[in-house]
Amino acid sequence: MRELLFHIIAFKNLPLGVVGGAAIWIILLPLANFVLLGLGKKYLKNIAGIFSTVLLFVATIIALNIAYHYFFIDGKVNGVYQTINVYQMHWLSFTETMHVEIGIQLDALSVMMLVVVTFISLMVHLFSLGYMKGEERYCNYFSYLGLFTFSMLGLVVATNLLQLYMCWELVGISSYLLIGFYFQKPSAVAAAKKAFIVTRFADLGLLIGILILSFNTNSFNFQTIIQTLTNTQSSSFISITASSFLGMSTLTWALVLIFIGGAGKSAMLPLHIWLPDAMEGPTPVSALIHAATMVVAGVFLVAKLFAVFAINVTALQLVAFVGIASALFAAIIACTQTDIKRVLAYSTMSQIGYMMFALGVSKYGGEEGLGYSAALFHLFTHAFFKSLLFLCAGAVIHLVHSNEMKDMGGLKKLMPITHIAFLIACMAIAGVPPFAGFFSKEEILSAAYQNNKTIYIIALITSAITAFYMFRLYFSIFWNKPHDSRLTAHHSEGTLTMKLPLIILMVCAATVGFIPFSEFLSSNNQPYHSAINIGFSILPVLLGLGGILLAGILYFKQNNKADKITNSFQVIYKAAYRKFYIDELYLFITKKIIFNCIGKPAAWFDRNIIDGCMNGIASVASFISTSIKNIQSGKVQHYTLYFFAGVAVLLMAVLYVWS
Amino acid sequence: MTVGLTHIIVLSTALFFIGMYGLFTRRNMITMLMSIELMLNSVNINFVAFNKYLYPDKMDGIFFSIFIIAIAAAEAAVAIAIIINLYRTHKSIDVDDVTDLKQ
Repeated sequence: MRELLFHIIAFKNLPLGVVGGAAIWIILLPLANFVLLGLGKKYLKNIAGIFSTVLLFVATIIALNIAYHYFFIDGKVNGVYQTINVYQMHWLSFTETMHVEIGIQLDALSVMMLVVVTFISLMVHLFSLGYMKGEERYCNYFSYLGLFTFSMLGLVVATNLLQLYMCWELVGISSYLLIGFYFQKPSAVAAAKKAFIVTRFADLGLLIGILILSFNTNSFNFQTIIQTLTNTQSSSFISITASSFLGMSTLTWALVLIFIGGAGKSAMLPLHIWLPDAMEGPTPVSALIHAATMVVAGVFLVAKLFAVFAINVTALQLVAFVGIASALFAAIIACTQTDIKRVLAYSTMSQIGYMMFALGVSKYGGEEGLGYSAALFHLFTHAFFKSLLFLCAGAVIHLVHSNEMKDMGGLKKLMPITHIAFLIACMAIAGVPPFAGFFSKEEILSAAYQNNKTIYIIALITSAITAFYMFRLYFSIFWNKPHDSRLTAHHSEGTLTMKLPLIILMVCAATVGFIPFSEFLSSNNQPYHSAINIGFSILPVLLGLGGILLAGILYFKQNNKADKITNSFQVIYKAAYRKFYIDELYLFITKKIIFNCIGKPAAWFDRNIIDGCMNGIASVASFISTSIKNIQSGKVQHYTLYFFAGVAVLLMAVLYVWS
Repeated sequence: MTVGLTHIIVLSTALFFIGMYGLFTRRNMITMLMSIELMLNSVNINFVAFNKYLYPDKMDGIFFSIFIIAIAAAEAAVAIAIIINLYRTHKSIDVDDVTDLKQ
């Protein structure tokens, strides 16, 4: 223990095994935060925010240190990034051969995720210090943040599918707690329940998928599963591909079911309905959900099992098509929404769609696996600019006290830092060079171009729409009309702790694109070099600039051009504004079909048959007891009479038997 | 005419049923107690009679009746204590007034 602490402080020139051992602190510190703040509310009430921020700061430092050691010093052996189990514990033993372990596995993917999760979470913590100040349940808020961070960190370092599944559910429960943080509002309660039920429903798929995979490979362990299933000679591989159900092989079923779990958490079509409603939570929480924890879990899951997905074309194609459909679908809806947080929510869904289809079009290994690195690169850059967007939106909402675009406008003078930060984040997401989103999006597009032209064209259109709706948002908030005269300079941008994360993330969103990502993360852990092709980038950049220009024409100054356009496309606009009636469809299916056809007969059966049996037995018993109740007269002499009568009867019986 | 076993059994049976009749019909607890004593004594008579006529060389029946007399004394003490307590709480020794447990 003391040795570990020493190494954390001393940092340098240590073998990775030792530095990696410190990874356990990254997981334990947020957990400690949750437990201590949850139990010691009385004592830590006033310093809750500072306390958890400091704990997370330490965790972030350790994560950065591990990443430095892993990527630059000794993570690479013979040109391949190693997978290291730094910590492993025997947890559940079912049988001699079947047991579950719990531990920490570091590979390039987990190390990257550790950095992203701790860093974004730290920024969110910092921002929350100012944003949540004076809240009644301030202490609870920070302890929930701790639980959320802990579960996501536990998920990314999982050594096996069961540990991943547990953390996966923990992510679900902590998002439930945070989305329903303002539980006084009925809409927040409904949103929390919706998020929980929809993701739970998808998790059922994940659980079944996990069980199928581990039943066939006799292991929960990622490495064992991947090794067994990528070896086409092994008996497990032959049995899992030979057996089939409803025309698909067992392996395809397992992967599709696992992907359903991922799609539920990552808000892919058609399981996305919880994401926009999840905006009911505090805004920094939205930043955390959308950037680092929760929604990227699905992408992480597919990436972690990518070696297995890569050998199964059907499952991979499903991932690609669901991804591209979600990307386009969400982008169209985002153009029509008026609540700024909902626009951002749909943009998240769209960007996650990008990551998914990038994984879907990728192949395994080296240059062929460009889509894989591109997807994770986009995950990485997206974490920065999306959390920045949400924190800016939080700052704006903090000032205006409204989520609606019509209440905003002309805020650039009042909030100069937020303005710049938002502009940079918008350019990053729109793919304007040289901001972060440009590089990752280019890689995704070129991966799509190499493998599937249809997807490439849809992705291009989507990126133009993305640029349009992000700048629609930007112009509506900061330009459009003169700001509300009731807001004065006296309403500032908030405290230093609210501005600081904006500035840090702004710098990151502008620069992280220059990281040569494929030299760190690739599908087979062998680094390769991928260059940006200038000629290829011209078209997407032009389309993006066109989207920005269009948004500028329509929303830079207050005018009625936008209204005219919406009027001429009334039907489509209305459909998109109502989110293509997906929510209504779900309500129709659940309320009208499931409730009426299954729920009501079941309720009738329960009320009449099951309750009827019980009531029948009870009424027979009570009938008998009332009818014999009068024997108990309470008079001693009656009892003596019964007694002697009984004796007489017995006597006669005995005499009869004897004679 | 000598007194035979039959005569004594007839006597004790009569005594037993007189006691039983008293137990059923009387409402006064003291009288009920006396009826019970009558029944016990009829049993004592039986014991002594059977001992004398059937097994004159043994003493078992006599011992039994002595036991019964002793226990009857104890029983009388307990019963009277109960009756006194009942009188204190209910101001009555009529069994029909004591039906509180019926509820």
